Amino acid sequence: MGVRAIRRLGCIFAVPFTSQAAVLLLREIWYLIQKDFRLEWRQRAALNGMLLYVGSTVFVCYLSFSLRGGELPAPAWNALFWIILLFTAVNAVAKGFLQESRGRLLYYYTLVRPQAVILAKIAYNALLLLGLALVGLGVYAMVLGNPVQQMPLFVGNVLLGALGFATTLTLVSGIAAKATNSSTLMAVLGFPLMIPMLLLLIKVSKNALDGLEFEASRNALLTLVALNLIVGAVSYLLFPFLWRS
Amino acid sequence: MKKNWWKALAVLLLLYTAVAGLLMPVPRLAILNETIRNLYFHVPMWFGMTIILTTSVVYSALYLRNPSARLDTKSHEFAKTGILMGLVGLATGSLWARFTWGTWWTSDPKLNGAAIAMLIYGAYLVLRSSFNDEQQRARISAIYNIFAFAAAMPLFYILPRLTDSLHPGAGGNPAFARYDLDSDMRMVFYPAVIGWTLLGLWLSQLSVRTSLLKQKMYEKQLA
Repeated sequence: MGVRAIRRLGCIFAVPFTSQAAVLLLREIWYLIQKDFRLEWRQRAALNGMLLYVGSTVFVCYLSFSLRGGELPAPAWNALFWIILLFTAVNAVAKGFLQESRGRLLYYYTLVRPQAVILAKIAYNALLLLGLALVGLGVYAMVLGNPVQQMPLFVGNVLLGALGFATTLTLVSGIAAKATNSSTLMAVLGFPLMIPMLLLLIKVSKNALDGLEFEASRNALLTLVALNLIVGAVSYLLFPFLWRS
Repeated sequence: MKKNWWKALAVLLLLYTAVAGLLMPVPRLAILNETIRNLYFHVPMWFGMTIILTTSVVYSALYLRNPSARLDTKSHEFAKTGILMGLVGLATGSLWARFTWGTWWTSDPKLNGAAIAMLIYGAYLVLRSSFNDEQQRARISAIYNIFAFAAAMPLFYILPRLTDSLHPGAGGNPAFARYDLDSDMRMVFYPAVIGWTLLGLWLSQLSVRTSLLKQKMYEKQLA
């Protein structure tokens, strides 16, 4: 590798950026998010399906644990909650790029920047996952009991979790949609990438369950934000290459 | 010969590592005893793996800039060598843990982080094998390679430092900076790092060549 190769490498990711372009980008993102919500609302089958998915998973957990009788211990409550959210997130995000038809994708390509597409998809998925997670939390707390002592911290953590799952899984679903066996790939690619995030989330929410002070979870929360930023930045840089195909 | 001096250097350094690493005196420490010599074999694996995986990511980025089958082959073969070194690192670490901690595997952030990172790279190999179109496979695996690197490196170098760990060099446990104030061990450790890394480069170079030759033979058959 010579000097030229390194110099070439330097300008790969250089994206021309001015304040005007930033405003345009934000406007494009806004329209794309609106479009995604409108589509979702028009074909409510998918949305209802996801809500039912969360609800029935929670209920299955409730029934399986109530056979033994008695309350769930707090660590098990916590782990179960996050595993339910993990599977819901994988299922909900997976359809993001799969349901877009080829023709419609081509149409976007002529209209907007790829960065706008990925950021809009991330934002939309984050909002969708947040909604699903809050509904899930409500049902879950209703049937399995609510041992959380620090509700604001717990909900904030769920918010960060939805954002993190969305950032990681959106690019992964874009990658998986291009391959032949996309549903298997979604799990194979997504799960290992999400484990570090999941571990931090479980740790913070355990702190919230035990009613520890905010100080105890500050480092973990900061790391979560940093991880989200890394993954988001990498998605932003890489998506333009993904969408050329 | 002018071009191949580094291969001779790799052989010499590794011979030196094997002989000096097993025979030179080491600090006498309780529990660790002679297993401290694993420093010359286990730790260089991770150094080498990081360097080789970084090379693979650079090739992937160059591929995205300027697609060619050659760059794709290079990034793939370097990633495979990196994964191999990571697996050897896990194996040597596990063996060491058996004699020091009394167990092959324990739930430690550093160990789990390394295992998850290996899973992430395992997914890279699965991803590669699930495309029919060669160009699409090349581009998408280049994208995933960069993504995986960004996700895996914090697992090795950042997340374990934030929590307590049994592993030497973390959570107040001594690492080699504290064992060998007489710096005897550094005399073997640094050559070992360079030697193992050069061996990894050599391995990747050979597998890149084999792979390119195979592609050429395939093209000839088609023609």
